[in-house]
Amino acid sequence: MSNETNAHDQTLNLTIRVWRQPTRLAKGSFKEYKVSNISTGSSFLEMLDILNEQLVAQKEEPIAFDHDCREGICGMCSMTINGVPHGPLQGVTTCQVHMRHFKDGETITIEPWRARPFPVIKDIVVDRTPLDSITQAGGFISIRTGSAIDANIIPIPKPVADRAMDAAECIGCGACVAACPNAAAMLFVGSKVAHFNSLPQGKAEKEQRTLAMVKVMDEAGFGSCTNYGECQAVCPKGNTLDFIAQLNRDYAVAKIKRFFQSTGKKRAGA
Amino acid sequence: MSFDLNARVPAGPLAEKWSSHKAHLRLVNPANRRKYHVIVVGSGLAGGAAAASLGEMGFNVSCFCYQDSPRRAHSIAAQGGINAAKNYQNDGDSVYRLFYDTIKGGDFRAREANVYRLAEVSGNIIDQAVATGVPFAREYGGLLDNRSFGGAQVSRTFYARGQTGQQLLLGAYSALSRQIGIGTVKMYNRHEMLDLVLVEGHAKGIITRNMISGEIKAWNADAVVVCTGGYGNVFFLSTNAQGCNVTAAYRCYKHGAGFANPCFTQIHPTCIPVHGDQQSKLTLMSESLRNDGRVWAPNSRELAARVLAGQLKPADITEADRDYYLERKYPSFGNLAPRDISSRAAKEACDDKRGIAPGSGLGVYLDFRDAINRLGESKIRERYGNLFDMYECITGENPYKVPMMIFPAVHYTMGGLWVDYNLQSTIPGLFVGGEANFSDHGANRLGASALMQGLADGYFVLPSTVPDYLASTGLGGAPSIENPAYKEACEQARERTAKLLAIKGNASPRALHQKLGNIMWEKCGMARTKQGLTAAIEEIKELREEFWKNVCVVGENDTINPELERAGRVADFLEFSEIMCRDALLREESCGGHFRSEHQTDDGEAKRDDTNFAHVAVWEFQGSDTPPVRHQEELKYEEVKLATRSYK
Ligand SMILES: Cc1cc2nc3c(=O)[nH]c(=O)nc-3n(C[C@H](O)[C@H](O)[C@H](O)COP(=O)(O)OP(=O)(O)OC[C@H]3O[C@@H](n4cnc5c(N)ncnc54)[C@H](O)[C@@H]3O)c2cc1C
Ligand code: SF4
Ligand code: FES
Repeated sequence: MSNETNAHDQTLNLTIRVWRQPTRLAKGSFKEYKVSNISTGSSFLEMLDILNEQLVAQKEEPIAFDHDCREGICGMCSMTINGVPHGPLQGVTTCQVHMRHFKDGETITIEPWRARPFPVIKDIVVDRTPLDSITQAGGFISIRTGSAIDANIIPIPKPVADRAMDAAECIGCGACVAACPNAAAMLFVGSKVAHFNSLPQGKAEKEQRTLAMVKVMDEAGFGSCTNYGECQAVCPKGNTLDFIAQLNRDYAVAKIKRFFQSTGKKRAGA
Repeated sequence: MSFDLNARVPAGPLAEKWSSHKAHLRLVNPANRRKYHVIVVGSGLAGGAAAASLGEMGFNVSCFCYQDSPRRAHSIAAQGGINAAKNYQNDGDSVYRLFYDTIKGGDFRAREANVYRLAEVSGNIIDQAVATGVPFAREYGGLLDNRSFGGAQVSRTFYARGQTGQQLLLGAYSALSRQIGIGTVKMYNRHEMLDLVLVEGHAKGIITRNMISGEIKAWNADAVVVCTGGYGNVFFLSTNAQGCNVTAAYRCYKHGAGFANPCFTQIHPTCIPVHGDQQSKLTLMSESLRNDGRVWAPNSRELAARVLAGQLKPADITEADRDYYLERKYPSFGNLAPRDISSRAAKEACDDKRGIAPGSGLGVYLDFRDAINRLGESKIRERYGNLFDMYECITGENPYKVPMMIFPAVHYTMGGLWVDYNLQSTIPGLFVGGEANFSDHGANRLGASALMQGLADGYFVLPSTVPDYLASTGLGGAPSIENPAYKEACEQARERTAKLLAIKGNASPRALHQKLGNIMWEKCGMARTKQGLTAAIEEIKELREEFWKNVCVVGENDTINPELERAGRVADFLEFSEIMCRDALLREESCGGHFRSEHQTDDGEAKRDDTNFAHVAVWEFQGSDTPPVRHQEELKYEEVKLATRSYK
């Protein structure tokens, strides 16, 4: 339960310890900066804006970090704050963290996502395109524009639609990968698979989708899941290992089906 | 090139225009399609859907966005829902009704034929979205659920919890991803369009900056489709994402594309108030909250002052001392009065020094006390839980216990590049879709209709009209990249970048942006006057001079450089904002979101002037030192009668 007092009045002085790395290949290191008079009502990224304005005033390069919507939905912001992807609060993204959760005089450590498949490009900015590649392999339902049937022809039971929606809330931020000691992308892939595979529209391509996404996931160098559960702890949308279980199930079934699959015809050259 | 404002609205009855037009559009033989290169700038609902659809048809498509993935376009942030005339609720909805509500909602300043087409394809959008796996809310019987939105008497809004934009965009993104996987679409993330390239008067390519390497590069194509979203960030603070910009659209304007109704801006009444000068963006609280929340301010300045001084809590203010001003002024619509009207009423209360947000005072209450007493906290949680959580996350206050504080904020821009019925701009070969064009919302957009328009343009209109243009140019192919036009445009973009980096002054791009935002909000915001706008034009000119003398862009071009990115965008805002003010100045009427204080009725309502202003104002660039010229596209209403909107 929150306090009912107004949180706008206090200000904080902080030490920011942040990862600086000028290029992909350069060796990075932590640097420390002081910021003062940060309103407790400001967001974490606004605090960084202020620090950056300070750096700019000293003609120093500001800290590069990814962000866009600043309301927890685009999945662009990506910082490990004091060792935890997206910071100390459960169920929120970096951009939704507000300064009232920090103490005056505190030192805050900021790092990029640390995961082999996400190389650092600069400072806090990493390359997350492998997540797009996984989607391109099978994260869709094949349907030509304009050829869809009426939306109400196939009724979808509410619990099924709700489960698909729960899974589909994933914002593709990659925090799950950053938190996982194996750098596994299973929660991300599991969420996408659970979204499409749960829906009747997605059934036709279920096996193909699951196999193709897992294949690209493996090729991109993501590790495998050994049930640490760190991913669900940091997921800003509250997606859980349940979706990984579904992925494992669907994958096993797809593998078996593939194994026994026969076209009923003689194979040329076989 | 002459300035051609022929809207090319097809002949025939309104309801048959689109189908008969489509039947006559030229086609490209499937075998030849891959020989045509189409550039799509933007991967939001409009761009993403257009790129995916054109790719699937077999065209060779390149798509660009400035984020690190196409899935992050700002369409993702839309909360409330998308309209469609499905009439699944059997409450009397129809294509005509959706068309009429949208035209009326826009205060009769939109083009009839375009709006009709929008309503006509709205049902297909829902079909398409469901087929791509969008998990819309459903009833227990398994059929699609609907909710009501402002400005309508039927229930036609489809939604996916509070994340409708996200789910629709992920639908378009997955279709796009499929094409990228197949290889019909090439995706270029982290690429910012800096310029348009014309060859012999036709749009034949763009210039981009690779936001990682800094490489400035020309791309040749047979046609260019710009779907780069809205320009609300000209006000510095808005509900838009940080990167939203006018650059792409403005560059097109500078090459001769008409800019229509630039002053038409939507100010959304229920956003979380500004908390201080460290603020970087404003957060929307969905319109749906006004179904159960009551908007009020203290009825006297003294009470408001005591709240501000921390001596009074809202709960201490008695019923008699509360002014539920929307219910008082608009008894028949009450708290569900349309956006433009509700916003102005909030401003009025705060201008009267009855605002209560800490610091500035700029805020009023949105109070759920009565609804909670009537329905119980759990019912309210079920309806609005995620919004209440979001509010608490940002403000640290619990809206189940204390009323929310809200204030209007810039949200959407109805103005945009002028397009004809085919969504082609005044430059042949340049098409514009989504929020970046001006076409469908007139002077005020109804809730849940921007998502509809983005997808209508992207899935259904552009995939029919772009091929028609390509067929007309024939298989000559795009001009060679060796054409001097590309090299020249590249050079200019490089020079501009170098110039920005070389100034090395003392003002940060952000600080200058903030100054511009203040001018725009004060003088071209919710209430505009001749005097204010005239002053704003001068102040913007001065600020522009200051920018080019004193901006400080730290760092280099050949790396990720957020300062350089912002400086480029602010430089364009500094030119564009002047056109907005000029447009607002010359539109001597009040309509929709455009409120000129000189033009109001005795009781303070907007006063439209249909005799002199039933037209689209279209601005033509004349060169850097010459003021732009204002043209007009007369709006001819064949089907609807112009009427005064009343919500009393
Ligand atoms: C908070 C919020 C809530 C909303 N809620 C609703 C709602 O409930 N219902 C509704 O109907 N509407 C709503 N809207 C409005 C609606 O979301 C937008 O108008 C619509 O999604 C815009 O789609 P778009 O495709 O035109 O642009 P966008 O989704 O903004 O996409 C723009 C694209 O262009 C790219 N781009 C921009 N500039 C450049 C450049 N210079 N170079 C390269 N690429 C560039 C971006 O990377 C992006 O891919 C809401 C808007 C906001 C801000
Ligand atoms: S599953 Fe959660 S943590 Fe992983 S990408 Fe999706 S939203 Fe981010
Ligand atoms: S900036 Fe979009 S989720 Fe944080």
